[in-house]
This record gives sequence, structure tokens and C-alpha cells, in this order.
Amino acid sequence: MTTTLGAAWALDWMRRAQRAMSENRIDLIELDRAIGDGDHGENMDRGFTAVVARLEPPLGDVAEVLRTVAAALMSTVGGAAGPLYGTAFLRASKAATGELDGVGVADVLAAALEGIVARGRATVGEKTMVDAWSPAALAARGLAEGGAAPAGVLRAAAAAAAAGARATESMLATKGRASYLGERSAGHRDPGAQSSALLLAAAADAAEALP
Amino acid sequence: MTVGLVIVSHSAKLAEGVVEVAGQMAAGVPLRAAGGTGDGGIGTSFDAVLAAITGLLAGGHEVVVLTDLGSATMTAQAAREMFDADAPVRVADAPLVEGAVAAAVAARIGRGLDAVVRAAEDAARAPDVRGPAPSSALTRVLTLVNDVGLHARPAARLANLAAEFDATITVDGADATSVLSLMSLDLGRGAQFELAAEGPQAAMALDAMERLVTSGFTIG
Repeated sequence: MTTTLGAAWALDWMRRAQRAMSENRIDLIELDRAIGDGDHGENMDRGFTAVVARLEPPLGDVAEVLRTVAAALMSTVGGAAGPLYGTAFLRASKAATGELDGVGVADVLAAALEGIVARGRATVGEKTMVDAWSPAALAARGLAEGGAAPAGVLRAAAAAAAAGARATESMLATKGRASYLGERSAGHRDPGAQSSALLLAAAADAAEALP
Repeated sequence: MTVGLVIVSHSAKLAEGVVEVAGQMAAGVPLRAAGGTGDGGIGTSFDAVLAAITGLLAGGHEVVVLTDLGSATMTAQAAREMFDADAPVRVADAPLVEGAVAAAVAARIGRGLDAVVRAAEDAARAPDVRGPAPSSALTRVLTLVNDVGLHARPAARLANLAAEFDATITVDGADATSVLSLMSLDLGRGAQFELAAEGPQAAMALDAMERLVTSGFTIG
């Protein structure tokens, strides 16, 4: 398996993410309908479809791909998710230098998390995307420091994000539209955390699929 | 470099309305409305916000962005992040209408980027009342003869004029260059107020402001 990730991986990641958002569109809509305004699945599907359409060769490096992704998501996703995911990819782009090794992947995920936190001003435990990204970045850092290859780092991040998304089910929302529901927000998984877990699973799948 | 404003709202009508109000009070300040989604719905368009900022920058202006709420603010901040850290673009943490009016008037009188942002952000706080004028100040008691008194547009004209002089000027203790402070005095037709000025151009300022007030804000 390759030891670093380049633009080809980033492109495959985005294609897989687009498929994941499309396949889970109804699921995300239903999660969002329970505690939000029901458009998250639609918005993510539209956003990643636009992303894939804009990623045409020549792709440049990982940073360039991630920057194109950021601009496409900001332009097409709308609502709060557009600026949040857009900022995540923009900060990730700025943190990506050359091809990514394990530490490079951890750096990129940490930068994405910082972007989401800066934009949404949410912290862990508030039933938001942060509850998927924060454990993901932490798990990635741990594996990377142990010398793991990028695919392993991403797989650990994806697993942590999935667990983080599941953990939002028992949380009370205090940020965003779901917070208007107060205690009624408990019992539902946060749609932003769920789409974040799908996105990171796609990143790990793409890394593992490399020759 | 003059400052221009971008008004970001979930509603195209609201953004255009704020531009209309601010434009009435600060003629000549470049104001751009970026409201609603691209397809005319309620929401904000990142592309529209980005285009408005880019357009003002291309015209040689510094840019202050004002937003209504929630994701509009996030969209504006995300758009800001597309520019270099030292680009003259700021997102003000201010109430939309009051902030836009205060910022537009500050821009109209030639204030720089920092001061325009501050004018917008101070709009959320208590008006700038400076208390009694120092005994060394020149003072004059004037009467409002125009129909609406020190309402929005007259207040903006008085603030614009006050800013032209090298003097510290107050109206009943309120900063005469702050349109929101002037409006908060709630002075109607027939009301008397004390104008006080201190500084090298104090006398000149009082003369000019008296002419404006006694003309019913028709000259100046």
C-alpha cells in the first residue's frame, strides 16, 4: 500500500463522498427533519455533486484539490453546513503540503476541526459536527505519532467519527437550529455529525483502495 | 481609500432595504446588497457575498461586511477567509440596521477601516454621551426649526458636518459625529439643544452647524 496520499487519492475521496451523500440522502434528510429543517441530505448531495463536477484534470496537488472542494461546498451547500464544511476544507487545504503521510493526514484533520470550531463556535458535547471531527482528529494524531501509514490513520479517524456521531444521539443540542428544540433534541443523531462520519469513511476507503 | 459596505441578509429585500436606508444617510458611500439565495429564496449565497466583496476591493475600497443572523454571519466569515489575512476586509459584529447606518455615516466622513468597524460595533452599545462640555468649550444654544427635528437624515447631515472640523463637538453632551448618539437624544421640532465645541476650528464649526440647523437642514 502507498505510503503517501496525493491528488489522485483526494479525487477518489471526493467521488466516494459524493456517492455516500447520494446514497444516504434520505437518511440525512430524516435525521435533519427530526431536529433541523430537513434539508441537510439535499444540500450535501447537491454540494458533493458540484464538487465532483468541478474536479477536472489537471488537479494539481492535494492542497489545490481541497481548495476547489472548499469553494464548491461554500457555493452550493448553503445554510450553516456550507460555511462549516467549506471552512473545514479551506483550512485543510492550507495545512496540506505536498503528498500526505500519516502525520500530514493528522495535520489536515486537525486544521479542518479548527476551522469548524472557529466558524461554528461549538465545542465537544453540543450535538454538532464537532462531536464527530474532534474524536477523529484525536484518533488520527494518536495513530500518526505511532508511525502509522495514512490509510490506517484515516481508518482510525473514520471509526472515531462514526462513534462520535452515534454518541450525539443522547446529547442535547445547544447550538444551531436544533437548539430551539431543547430536550426534544435528545434521542436523535445529529445530521452534521453523521455526514462528517460518512465523509471520513470515504477518505479511509479511498486510501485503502490505492494500489 | 474609502470604505464600502456589504450588507448580507437571509432576505434580498431586507439587504436592499438596509442599503436604501444607509444610502439615504450617507450619499456616495459604496453599498452592496447580498441577500437571499441565488435562486431568490431565503438564505445566503456565498457566491453573492464573495462577488460583492471582490467588487468593492476591485474598485479600490476597503470593505466592512454586516450580517443579519446565524448562517449569514458564518457565510460572511467564510467568504472573508477566502482572502489573504491582510486584505482590507472585515466582518463587523454589529446589529444590521443600526450598524449599517453608523458604519455608512462613518465611511461618509472619511473614517478608516478600523473606525468604520468600531462605529458599526458601537451601535449595539449605549450611545456615546460625553457629559457636560468642558468650561473652555464654545457653546451655543440652538432651536430645531425643521419638521422632523433631529431625525435620521438631519442627524446624519449634522454628523457629517461636525466631522469636517478639527474640533471636539457635542450636542447636549452627545458626540456630534455619531449619528446614532444624535438620534438617541430624541430632539423633535422646536427642541432646544446646546452645541459645544472645543479645538482649533471650534468657532468655525459652530457657525457652520448653526447655519445648517437654522436653515432647517436645507443648506450645508
